Amino acid sequence: MVTPAEEGLTIPDAPTQPGALEAALRTRRDAGRKLLVPYVTGGLGTDWAEIVRAVADAGADAIEIGVPFSDPVMDGPVIQEASELALRAGATPVTIFDELRTIDAGVPIAVMTYYNLAFHMGHQRFAESLAAAGVSAAILPDLPLEEVGPWATAADAAGVETVLLAAPTAPDDRLPLVCARARGFVYAVGLLGVTGERDALASSSLVIARRLKAITDKPVLVGVGVSSAAQAVEVCAEADGVVIGSALMRRVLEGVGPAGAGAFISEVRTALDSAY
Amino acid sequence: MALAEPSSSGRFGEFGGRYVPETLVPACHELERAFRSAWGDPTFRNELDGLLADYAGRPSPLTECHRLSEELGVRVLLKREDLNHTGSHKINNVLGQALLAKRMGKTRLVAETGAGQHGVASATAAALMGMECMVFMGEVDIERQALNVFRMKLLGAEVVPAVSGSRTLKDAVNEAMRDWVATVETTHYCLGSVMGPHPYPWMVREFHTVIGTEARAQCEKLLDGGVPDIVTACVGGGSNAIGIFSGFADTDAELVGVEPAGGAAVGRGVPGVVHGMKSYLMQDEFGQVQEAHSISAGLDYPGVGPEHSFLSSIGRARYEAVTDEQVIDAFQLLSRTEGIIPALEPAHALAWISRDREQLAGKTVLLNMSGRGDKDVGQMMDILG
Repeated sequence: MVTPAEEGLTIPDAPTQPGALEAALRTRRDAGRKLLVPYVTGGLGTDWAEIVRAVADAGADAIEIGVPFSDPVMDGPVIQEASELALRAGATPVTIFDELRTIDAGVPIAVMTYYNLAFHMGHQRFAESLAAAGVSAAILPDLPLEEVGPWATAADAAGVETVLLAAPTAPDDRLPLVCARARGFVYAVGLLGVTGERDALASSSLVIARRLKAITDKPVLVGVGVSSAAQAVEVCAEADGVVIGSALMRRVLEGVGPAGAGAFISEVRTALDSAY
Repeated sequence: MALAEPSSSGRFGEFGGRYVPETLVPACHELERAFRSAWGDPTFRNELDGLLADYAGRPSPLTECHRLSEELGVRVLLKREDLNHTGSHKINNVLGQALLAKRMGKTRLVAETGAGQHGVASATAAALMGMECMVFMGEVDIERQALNVFRMKLLGAEVVPAVSGSRTLKDAVNEAMRDWVATVETTHYCLGSVMGPHPYPWMVREFHTVIGTEARAQCEKLLDGGVPDIVTACVGGGSNAIGIFSGFADTDAELVGVEPAGGAAVGRGVPGVVHGMKSYLMQDEFGQVQEAHSISAGLDYPGVGPEHSFLSSIGRARYEAVTDEQVIDAFQLLSRTEGIIPALEPAHALAWISRDREQLAGKTVLLNMSGRGDKDVGQMMDILG
């Protein structure tokens, strides 16, 4: 009998003190502001750092930096293309972290990437590299709650918040577990599908935001499928804020540059501020 | 059963697990529950056994290769999965998963394919059971396996090119997973190998244990109650290998998986996480997944099923790598000596026997002939002129 042994898989409790990202988002939310987190692919083009500064100046409350991975299964065509171009241009976690260290965006930074990059570098080294680059949080969409333990232990120790995703498919008894372990904010997945723009806001976005708001006081931000200022306003009827990725990165890929990226985020900011 | 169930978290030792987007976690739980219930249900088992016998043509024969054995100085036995309906072992798994999907109330199958054998098998099962079927296939593979693309379409499936990354099997898996994330309520992901998130590596293995169970009994009859010295099979994801290994894991037989030199995930021995599992994975210094390169579209995969990584790590199985040139020679050797044109995938296992025949002299080797070579004849015409 060839018997596999069980690997000890425990999920450590999240630290009770909010980290820098969660604290910043809570303060702004509690002051009545809807939260806006743009996503920028790291290492794409020569001006990505300027794009980060431009969206910060345009009213972002935090910024998500994508560290490109060869096999981004949660991403649709736009982020795939941005990732592929950045990789082809030689972007690596190390080059992106090095450049992040020089960007003073004035708002917290969260890195979004896939688990293998952290696993390959080693949990502790990856977490410490993030902290050293001034990154507050990490989002690893292929690392669900049951698998998060070994990474979260290292991230907690390094002071890096691990944002967890909450999906529309989750049964009611799962969401409180996700919320309890999530740090920074709870990333509500707006629809069944991968990242990308949609013509209309999915009704599932409002449902998942409502379900989460009913059980957590951590900031609840909806991402995946939030494509315009109008859709951001619509979903913020339930959510504390939004993550906007593909709609911004499509414009960046079309060549709008830092000014155009800033203008788009400014448009969303203005719409949110006048609606709420 | 000689190979054990994985742990409750879906692990074989440190390998396996369930590294999927949160959206898919409930679907993986549901699938695990449904499989566990079906696999213990005699009605389900009888229905599947009936299909395997009356539709797929099981049991597949065991063929002793007299002329080949004489030429190599190694006694070679072939488990003839190439004689199954649709031309490969893939049908075992697909009939099981399609029946299970129906039982779960799913109306649509999505599948990835490399050489097209799993795609053809999936399209076949969907046609048989009146389900919709969409198959993702790398753009590069669509070109080199045109015959199988046409077969899938004929069977009523939609074939969608995967145009990202290396445009081969790895990218077809990415596209199938992206589709599944969006359609999980109506769709079953009919994964074609012993890979992916738990319960797939275990479930797909169970559907292929029929290969090992039959071969064990057939060998006992042929070898007067004995077992072969060596059991070998090609390894991409590793489903045909795990199927035949399962019948011999509790014997003294040596288990040898054969990978393509350009896709030797186990051979390189670096663990990684992609496609829902932790397993050996070809990757660069930063953890970016590398592109595999093989003459065989079915083995053109940078990862491997987690149970193979486990069997390698504990030393129960070993893994060899052969070059495209050695495979081309083996493809011709079997055709010429036995009148059996192998698929390029199992030709890898034969290429290893042929290459190492001096060390194997006098031994009895059981080779899983996982598929027939019809699909590769066009490609070989170009290569051999």
